[in-house]
Amino acid sequence: MIFKSVGRCPTLKYSALSGLFCFAMHDDILHISNLSKSYSGIKALDNVQLSVKRGEVHALMGENGAGKSTLMKILAGLITPDSGKIVLDGEVLKNTSVTDIIKKGISMIHQELLIVPELTVAQNIFLGREKSVTGTKVGWIQEKILTSKATELLGEIDVSIDADIKMKYLSVAQMQMVEIAKAISNDAKVIIMDEPTSAISNKEVDTLFRIIRELKSNGVAIIYISHKMDEIFEIADTITVLRDGKYIETQNASELTNDKLISLMVGRELNSMFPEPAVSTMNRIFEVRNLSRNGKFSNINFTVHAGEIFGIAGLMGAGRTEIARAIYGLDTLDSGKILIDGNLVTIKSPHDAVECGIGFVSEDRKGLGFIPELSVKHNVTLASLPEHLRGILLSNKSENHAADKMISELKIKSFDRDQKVANLSGGNQQKVVLGKVLLSSPKVIILDEPTRGVDVGAKFEIYKLIRNLAAQGIAIIMISSELPEILGLSDRIMILSKGIQKIILSREEATQELIMKYAVH
Amino acid sequence: MENRFTSKLRDFGQYGIFLAFVIICLVLAFSTPKFFTLSNLMNIGTQVSINALLAFGVTFVIITGGIDLSLGSMVAVTGVVAATFAHPDTYPVIIPVFIGLAAGVAFGAFNGLVITKSKVPPFIVTLGTMTIGRGIALILSKGRPVSNLSDTFNFIGGGNVLGIPFPIIILIISFLFCSLLLKKTILGRFMYAVGGNEQAARASGIRVNRVKMWVYTICGLLSAMGGILLTSRITTGQPNAGAGFELDAIAAAIIGGTSTSGGTGTMTGTLIGALLIGVISNSLDLLNVTSYYQQVVMGAIIIGAVVLDSMGKGKN
Repeated sequence: MIFKSVGRCPTLKYSALSGLFCFAMHDDILHISNLSKSYSGIKALDNVQLSVKRGEVHALMGENGAGKSTLMKILAGLITPDSGKIVLDGEVLKNTSVTDIIKKGISMIHQELLIVPELTVAQNIFLGREKSVTGTKVGWIQEKILTSKATELLGEIDVSIDADIKMKYLSVAQMQMVEIAKAISNDAKVIIMDEPTSAISNKEVDTLFRIIRELKSNGVAIIYISHKMDEIFEIADTITVLRDGKYIETQNASELTNDKLISLMVGRELNSMFPEPAVSTMNRIFEVRNLSRNGKFSNINFTVHAGEIFGIAGLMGAGRTEIARAIYGLDTLDSGKILIDGNLVTIKSPHDAVECGIGFVSEDRKGLGFIPELSVKHNVTLASLPEHLRGILLSNKSENHAADKMISELKIKSFDRDQKVANLSGGNQQKVVLGKVLLSSPKVIILDEPTRGVDVGAKFEIYKLIRNLAAQGIAIIMISSELPEILGLSDRIMILSKGIQKIILSREEATQELIMKYAVH
Repeated sequence: MENRFTSKLRDFGQYGIFLAFVIICLVLAFSTPKFFTLSNLMNIGTQVSINALLAFGVTFVIITGGIDLSLGSMVAVTGVVAATFAHPDTYPVIIPVFIGLAAGVAFGAFNGLVITKSKVPPFIVTLGTMTIGRGIALILSKGRPVSNLSDTFNFIGGGNVLGIPFPIIILIISFLFCSLLLKKTILGRFMYAVGGNEQAARASGIRVNRVKMWVYTICGLLSAMGGILLTSRITTGQPNAGAGFELDAIAAAIIGGTSTSGGTGTMTGTLIGALLIGVISNSLDLLNVTSYYQQVVMGAIIIGAVVLDSMGKGKN
């Protein structure tokens, strides 16, 4: 296995031995110190440090919102930090653009692969560098040279992919290999991999790990982000934990245990953001039996009572959102029954769901939540328009009344009810979506990540609101990636892992550690 | 965040096209004495009526984020169909009118059905049905104009009621009806929602396909009204009539502030857009500008209106 050139080891191309030499130098290839970044007053990164050695796999761990992606985006040159220092191989990086960063030796393999499906593998690898790679002076791309160079690169990581076929015919795993080949062609010294195994099979994971080990032995450092514990312990040399945007600890992977790592990740105090729970009744409002959707989740069973907040926890990709979408009729169920007030209901579309008394606040607020060009008034009344009919025409007065009621009850901050929702802040947009659901007088409300992208103040208001709704006898199903939120609000918590229902814990039983334990297995 | 002032400014921007229209009319009133005569204004109204009806129909469609290129062909088909039943001493006038409208409804519903069932973009589907419709009009008429129509049928496009041309009366009634439908009914609100964010509309419990079926069907109905008006006015069912009408109708909607990306637009804007097109071609006629130059001017106005509109939006 020969790499063209890696890092600043000129002798590397001659033998693997020099790669060992490089590795033996043990100097930091990447050193980050005092890195901070705020978004409108909220610190996404607070004085974070990270040291990555040549030839190591360095895992970056933390809950959702811990600051991993912000850190990675800064490293990839996508956003600029407010303060701090990044030193790559002895050189201080400052105000570097995405292309500069890649030239200097940091490549990122995004979770959502950035590829051009209609171009060939070779064209993708050398996209934007056609002239320099083929050495041509004119703008005439010599496809043959590109293809042969790409084939050479793919051979280096020992994968058999035809460099001449269009990218769209490859599997996700193969696309990833192409991205890695591209990183190598850029002489990457550091390769960042963001959840690289989230969409590939176990066998493909093995191939990926083999390539990672080869890269490692040639002195390339890998920053590896994943939620999967078993993977981390298999591949990582060093683990750095972030929490709430702060640096917590860096340790050798061999010195850490599963439980220790989880407690480092979640180890924060529950604060008093959460209102006291009301007493839920034993009146079964909502029940699902044996819900399954092929490849997403199977055999899900739970009951939600009037006045109860039923939390659903699990890692990304555990099937939480998929269950919500299927219940609401956005996706089809392969099997299973849904009962409301003890009666079997058939839900084939969101229209059916609304008719049955189900409300849904999606995690995808922009995509599924509101109509940006319509006013606050017209958005909140959208799911309950028949109530505002006088004869066959809509009554403006009646709509105004309903809109004003929601604006004051939910404390929606807009200067009047005719303001476009597109011009509101994230928290207020979320309240508009909630208002729309409430006006349709639902018996059950499904909240998927109700406080995502919402600032702290609005979060608290939304928590109070959720509690109040439950107190009015509405059954609430809440999906959240934020453990404190799930623990603080839920009366019972169902934990999912890989589409399987692991356990339902009561409020008293549940702890962060316990949830994580079930979620990662 | 938007404040009260910028909102007022934006509202004012919506009337920009109305202002432009008034200014152009004033300028014309002073430069050509013929312009502001009652007979000329009636003339403009009559000329505008067909395009305005089609423009109302396509406004509904564009608001939902779609497009309908088959308007002109629907005019031809419905015109030929109505004319076939409108010969003197055959059926009462209500029969050709009713059958013509029914043909438009069927054509529009077919557009809607293909679009909602196949998921092929409306542009492609209606491009296809535009050609199909033209073919059907030629088949039904065997390629020949259908003439010799009854006097009562010819009254629709050529008659007066209390001195007002009948097409203008139809135009006014249709405008009021379409405005109410768009602004004051659930269907109208759903059109904005579907065009503004189709996925969110669906997630709000709106049956998106039903809304689309409705708009293409209504568009077919309005096209049929245009087809019957035209046939009656030229006292012949012409299988080649209406070619290019779809572009004038779309132009009127766009000049009137309807966004081609869907979710915004008003009937008043579309009416003004249609009137503006009518007034300008009329005045260029009065000023003896040849029709070649008229086309250049019209094209420039379409682009200008949209540029003005997007500049207005940029201010927010």
